[in-house]
Amino acid sequence: MHMADALLSPAVGGTMWGVAAGTIAYSSMKVKKELDERKIPLMGVLGAFIFAAQMINFTIPATGSSGHLGGGLLLAILLGPHAAFLTIASVLVVQSLFFADGGILALGCNIFNLGFFPAFIAYPFIYRGIAGGEPGKARLTAAALIAAVAGLQLGAFSVVLETVASGISSLPFSAFVMLMQPIHLAIGIVEGLVTASVVSFVAAARPEIISAAAPGSLAGVPLRNTILAFLVAALLTGGVFSWFASEKPDGLEWAIAGVTGSEEVTGTEDALHTMLASLQEKIALLPGYAFRETGGADDKWAELGHPAMAPEDSGRIGTSMAGAIGAAISLMLAFGIGFALKRQLVGEK
Amino acid sequence: MRSIDGAILDLKRLDLLATGDSLIHRLDARAKVLTTLVFIISVVSFDRYEFTALFPFFLYPVVTASLANLPGGYIVRKIGLVIPFALVVGVLNPLFDREVLVRLGPLAVTGGWISCASIIIRSVLTVGAAVILVGVTGFLAVCQALEKLGTPRTFTVQLLFLYRYIFVLTEEGARASRARELRSCGRKGLGLASFGSLIGHLLIRTWLRAERIHMAMLARGFTGEFHSRQVSAFGWRELGYVAGWSILFVALRLENGAQWLGRLVTGLLS
Repeated sequence: MHMADALLSPAVGGTMWGVAAGTIAYSSMKVKKELDERKIPLMGVLGAFIFAAQMINFTIPATGSSGHLGGGLLLAILLGPHAAFLTIASVLVVQSLFFADGGILALGCNIFNLGFFPAFIAYPFIYRGIAGGEPGKARLTAAALIAAVAGLQLGAFSVVLETVASGISSLPFSAFVMLMQPIHLAIGIVEGLVTASVVSFVAAARPEIISAAAPGSLAGVPLRNTILAFLVAALLTGGVFSWFASEKPDGLEWAIAGVTGSEEVTGTEDALHTMLASLQEKIALLPGYAFRETGGADDKWAELGHPAMAPEDSGRIGTSMAGAIGAAISLMLAFGIGFALKRQLVGEK
Repeated sequence: MRSIDGAILDLKRLDLLATGDSLIHRLDARAKVLTTLVFIISVVSFDRYEFTALFPFFLYPVVTASLANLPGGYIVRKIGLVIPFALVVGVLNPLFDREVLVRLGPLAVTGGWISCASIIIRSVLTVGAAVILVGVTGFLAVCQALEKLGTPRTFTVQLLFLYRYIFVLTEEGARASRARELRSCGRKGLGLASFGSLIGHLLIRTWLRAERIHMAMLARGFTGEFHSRQVSAFGWRELGYVAGWSILFVALRLENGAQWLGRLVTGLLS
């Protein structure tokens, strides 16, 4: 369920980085203010525990395949929402750097999808709501099951939204949703059962860990406030997205109209206009991918392809051949330079 | 079982690479983090049908890895592990996007295949950049750079704790898991019931260990801050490194370098 850099546009990735960074700053402040310092080493060590736990497999009954723990909900139950969010985020940082799970730009998306939903939605509102203070085994299992499923469904849906908004994958929204949600339903059920079995084991062996660890520090915050915050975040995100995705030349044309008094500009200004327009087209972070009407394949190639790739009517094969040859040469050059540098370094030693 | 030990060894190897001493290793970590970010943003900001313009970007990972003397085969294997995941999503593109964009003689190439190829090249570049960043910087230095760039200290301190204890706890987990496997006949005993108590035990041991660690650290004067012996500053050299690469990335983003090179060569030949 990790998002990958390769499927992400900078606008979506950057926005989600902002959202994740804001939530990390908020959670850090909360942890610092509310909890004693003892929690910080505990968070780090539990993060490392999640790594270890993820490497141990178990067989899933009746299917013969094996699964492992995700750990988001478990951390929330043990640490409370804010500390759990920070711990999940740091696990994801290590995964993105060492295991290339996801990627650096996708980190914001992954922290949000895998951290925010279990820590700030599934745990405080679903798990705590159902499990209450001292749940029996059946109640605890039900609470963990429903919370895990809900957290993963929200996370998976968020992956779909981010991928579709990025416009790199051609998967249509409906097909992607139909693919992701059922898979994550199954994963969520397994995750819920595993979480319940670990929590009930620890509750039986060392009840003080569970009771001391779950302050439920969102308890004082009414549901209404959280929903409000969520709405504001959604509006903000939508606003940033649509700002990036809005048709590009508007701003420029408006500016030119303001300067010259008309949208038609002539002579040297026209050259300037084309130059600026082409420059703006080149630096647009999110080319208007899905909102533009496309004509035939020719138009599409010219519009969606990079301007430098847009062929004159004749000689399209010529230009794409030049591109292919150039790509091969640049690859050879890159590796040639690398090889030469390395030879030189070895020679020096 | 071998896979857990293998994964730990792999992790250690990548971190050990960062102890090397080269022009790149000696740069301040912030310079390398920022350059990697500019690189990744430049690569992913291309439109989905862009393919050839991505190739000149290979210059950065290859030159950095060579200057830092990283083992090429290891880096390539590390990147190769991730490609299947990119393929899973990328390979669906040809199914949904069947519009023919390019004809090479009798061969009609649809938009889906072009964007699928583009996704794979993007993965190689972005994953390569991340692996190389850790290989030339090391996790501790990346954390310190993040803190200097404004990440809250609470977050970076527990990130460092996490990193330190990954090695300890994965080894412990691997031992427990091996023991369980040896005691279970075939598939029997590998189910959820034994997993729950196994992980539960590991969790309790971890918890008590964290408390002991914290006591020991307090006794030695820990005030919530890690100190590093390495002093590095963001000087002219770092500024030049970030600016030089960034200008190149932006230039390659604006002009299709491969196209330009190809025109130059085909123009010379004809």
